[in-house]
Amino acid sequence: MAPKQKKKTSRGKKRLKPVLAASEDMEPVNMESMGHPEIYPLVLTTKTQEIFNCRIDEDVTDEQPYKLINKEDIFEDLRNRAAVSDFHPVKKIVQEYPGNELLLVYDKDFKYGLNFYLIATEEGKENYLNPPEVPEEQEEYKEHIPEDVYIYKPPVSKPWVSLGSEKEIEEESVTESTKQITYMISRKRSEFGAPIKFSDQNASSVKDAYIECTAYPDKNFTLKQLEKDVGMQVIPQIKDISTQTKWTYPKNATTQYYPREFSEEEKETLKQSKPLVDFLNNASISVEIALQQNEIMNTFIDDWKYLAEEEGTFGDKTDTHLKEYQSFTDLHSPTEKMITCVSWHPTIYGLIAVSVAVRLSFEDRVHFSGKLLLQPSLILFWSFSDPIHPQLMLESPDDIFCFKFCPSDPNIIAGGCINGQIVMWDITAHADRIENIKAGGSRSKRATLKPMFLLEPESNKEAMYIRHCAVSSIENGHKKVITDIHWLSDTFEINRMGSVFENRSGICCQLVTCSADCTICFWDIRPQKPLTPQTTEKKKEESIEIPFDVPSTFLHLDLSWKPLTKVRLSKGETSLDHCPTKISLNEDHLLCKTQDKMLAQSKTEKAEEMNPYHNLESGMANLLKPIDDFCTKFFVGTEEGEVIYTDWKMEKDPETGRLMSKKPVSHHTIHDGTVHTIQRSPFYNDIILTVGGWNVAIWKEGVMTGPLLQSCCAPKRYTSGHWSLTRPGVFYIGREDGYIDIWDLLEKTHEPAQSQNICITMITYIKPWIFSSKQQFIATADYYGTLHILEIPWTLSRPSTNEMASVNHYFEREVKHLEYVEQRKKIREQEKKEMELEMAKKKVKTYQKSKEQMQAELKMDYESYLELEKTVLINLGLIKVTEKGSYMEVM
Amino acid sequence: MNEWTNTGREPDPLPSSLPGPTAPGLGEPQAEVEETLKRIQSHKGVIGTMVVNAEGIPIRTTLDNSTTVQYAGLLHHLTMKAKSTVRDIDPQNDLTFLRIRSKKHEIMVAPDKEYLLIVIQNPCE
Repeated sequence: MAPKQKKKTSRGKKRLKPVLAASEDMEPVNMESMGHPEIYPLVLTTKTQEIFNCRIDEDVTDEQPYKLINKEDIFEDLRNRAAVSDFHPVKKIVQEYPGNELLLVYDKDFKYGLNFYLIATEEGKENYLNPPEVPEEQEEYKEHIPEDVYIYKPPVSKPWVSLGSEKEIEEESVTESTKQITYMISRKRSEFGAPIKFSDQNASSVKDAYIECTAYPDKNFTLKQLEKDVGMQVIPQIKDISTQTKWTYPKNATTQYYPREFSEEEKETLKQSKPLVDFLNNASISVEIALQQNEIMNTFIDDWKYLAEEEGTFGDKTDTHLKEYQSFTDLHSPTEKMITCVSWHPTIYGLIAVSVAVRLSFEDRVHFSGKLLLQPSLILFWSFSDPIHPQLMLESPDDIFCFKFCPSDPNIIAGGCINGQIVMWDITAHADRIENIKAGGSRSKRATLKPMFLLEPESNKEAMYIRHCAVSSIENGHKKVITDIHWLSDTFEINRMGSVFENRSGICCQLVTCSADCTICFWDIRPQKPLTPQTTEKKKEESIEIPFDVPSTFLHLDLSWKPLTKVRLSKGETSLDHCPTKISLNEDHLLCKTQDKMLAQSKTEKAEEMNPYHNLESGMANLLKPIDDFCTKFFVGTEEGEVIYTDWKMEKDPETGRLMSKKPVSHHTIHDGTVHTIQRSPFYNDIILTVGGWNVAIWKEGVMTGPLLQSCCAPKRYTSGHWSLTRPGVFYIGREDGYIDIWDLLEKTHEPAQSQNICITMITYIKPWIFSSKQQFIATADYYGTLHILEIPWTLSRPSTNEMASVNHYFEREVKHLEYVEQRKKIREQEKKEMELEMAKKKVKTYQKSKEQMQAELKMDYESYLELEKTVLINLGLIKVTEKGSYMEVM
Repeated sequence: MNEWTNTGREPDPLPSSLPGPTAPGLGEPQAEVEETLKRIQSHKGVIGTMVVNAEGIPIRTTLDNSTTVQYAGLLHHLTMKAKSTVRDIDPQNDLTFLRIRSKKHEIMVAPDKEYLLIVIQNPCE
């Protein structure tokens, strides 16, 4: 259709000319379908565009794609060109258009199909011209200009709606209630600029110099705090206290009191008082009930606990054999030797001393005496770490048959010789040498993989020969071999009379020896006060040179040592004496534990002061207190197999006035051979084991009737014996065929519980020793000079629970048995006497028969005898029956 | 104390207070005491018996003096303590017998107002 002309929008809103449709009957097509009912698309030809000044790209551009056209112009165009006019289709719309100007928009993109469109309503026009208000138009606008930025629309003020907040604001706002008064103060005009003089003034001195408003508690404003937020923490209560004591000077204060006691008369009167009687009658009832309860049953016993055996055994329980641990032989000795005595070192672990003697009979000894003189007799010290070389060798003038370590000082050794001398050694100088074997031993333990013979000692040390430092006097001592030697306990000492005194020196200083010359001698190692006339002679003797390496501990004793007392064991009427082989004193040092304690004690003493053995004279001058109630009796075993219980205290013979030894208290011949062991049990001080010949006997001191146990004869001779150190009922016996018999009194008492072979020859000495609670050894010496060390298994070393009580019980039973036997003996004797009396009575009765009767009886006897003779002869065939008999009678 | 006024004859004094067939008078209670104590002592396991007065002073004992005095002093205190304990808990109660069992033996104390009987027994053999 004809292009419409638009007017520019710079004039604002303008009325457009209404556009009339070309033909009225044709309804214009609107864009109702697209949601814009006021939009009518139009085609405007170039002519129309020129008429209405809406030429494309000249009047209507992209920036301004619309034009406002007056209605009148459109009507004019319609009149001019009628149906040809482009506005013809929209003629009706234009006619109906209320306003004056219509909006014509250039539809560049042919959005509505044609190149122009007309907006038919004022509202649409408004919307188009003011796009932000109309979202539809805005959409269109947006389509037109895709990169449109957000257009800020300022908020439009709305009328305020009151919600009641102005009241709050009014309340909160601070307004002046009263009008403020203003003052203006100024100085007099004349004084302006005048110099000012300041001065101090005390405010309180001048009245009304100041006005103050003092603070006062206004009751209107006291608030009661009803709630308070407080934090709390709990801490322990701490209190700090300090005191200061007044330390004057320390004062010793003692109190002595004694209890109140009644005198005898008071006691008597009280006894007779009625209240006491009544009380006793009442009280004894309940007491007796309580006593009987206890007798019936022990209610506090824990049966479960007593049922259990000891657990925690080390090693196999079934292992009951002694295990061979080590054996020592002296390979360097030229002649064959036998071991006579064995002793473990009391303190050092693994050190054992053996005395060896030549294995010759007396005759051979005499025969070879020249040769024997050249060989030294030795005591060898063996250590576990070195089985080939002895650590120390102690020299003695002759073969030693018994020796003992001194209990208070293990460096002093006393030995008894075959010639009757006592030999003393002091190895204090070499003590560190043997003590350090321990360290050497531990080193060699690592190399135990090597066989024994390859083990070399760490340092190639020569075995040390240590000379004895004292021997006893030859004339005054024993004349024959010393068979036993003991150190006396350091709790007592004896004097010449045999009376016992307390020992103040704290060390063992006395010895007792017994020898085959039937005497028992007591010796004192301290220097004795020399009797004056003998000094000159002694000096001559003492001019013998002493080698430099011998310690001078016992120099005073050397060669001049005399016994303190001699006890002669005489047999009474006969001139023969008992020959003692072993003795057992009351206090013997068998228990290792007490030894340790004592050694520890003595060691501490020695640390402070000099070795008391080097200073033996110091203790001599003390006045000693005699000990009462000391049992001076002891057991002696003799060569003939007797066990004698005698006293060492000397008594004065009333006739001669000489000191005589007492008669033995009891005397039994039990053994068939020499008694070579008399030993007290380490657990019971009054139980003694004696071994000799072919049997064993156990005695109780005080029971004089006989031994508690006497074993029957064994097949082989018993040659040595020792109690076990840990088990009260066990003892070890060595036999002459190299077997050890282990006896257990709780198992069997008629024969040994076990028998084990150790070596091929006679066992000469047994000595067990405890090293620790787990290790116990037994040293067995044999006739061929070998020392075997065996380990005692767990079962033999560990006592079972209540073993001591059971063994005690056993001994008590045996004592009772002996008493019973005694009683029975008496009863039997009585019975015997009675029987004899009866027999005697009977005999008397028969004797009272008349003589005639007797004769008749005799005759009858004679006749019966003849008959007997006849029958016998007939039987023998010497007489023919009947005929010949009658012929003989005729004859 | 009441005052006696000599008004006429006084009652005859009785020969003995104890009725007994054989009544030597003063000798009997003593013999009884001895007999009771002997009977107690002869029980199996009894180590010692002693009679102590209220202050802890021994009257009769079978043990040696020092042991007796020690036992008497210590047990007297203990009995007093035990008695007071029982009565503190219940004032109407009273201690009748005290037995102390130790590892080695049992001490039995029979208390009374004025005396204490102490017996020491070894219960287990």
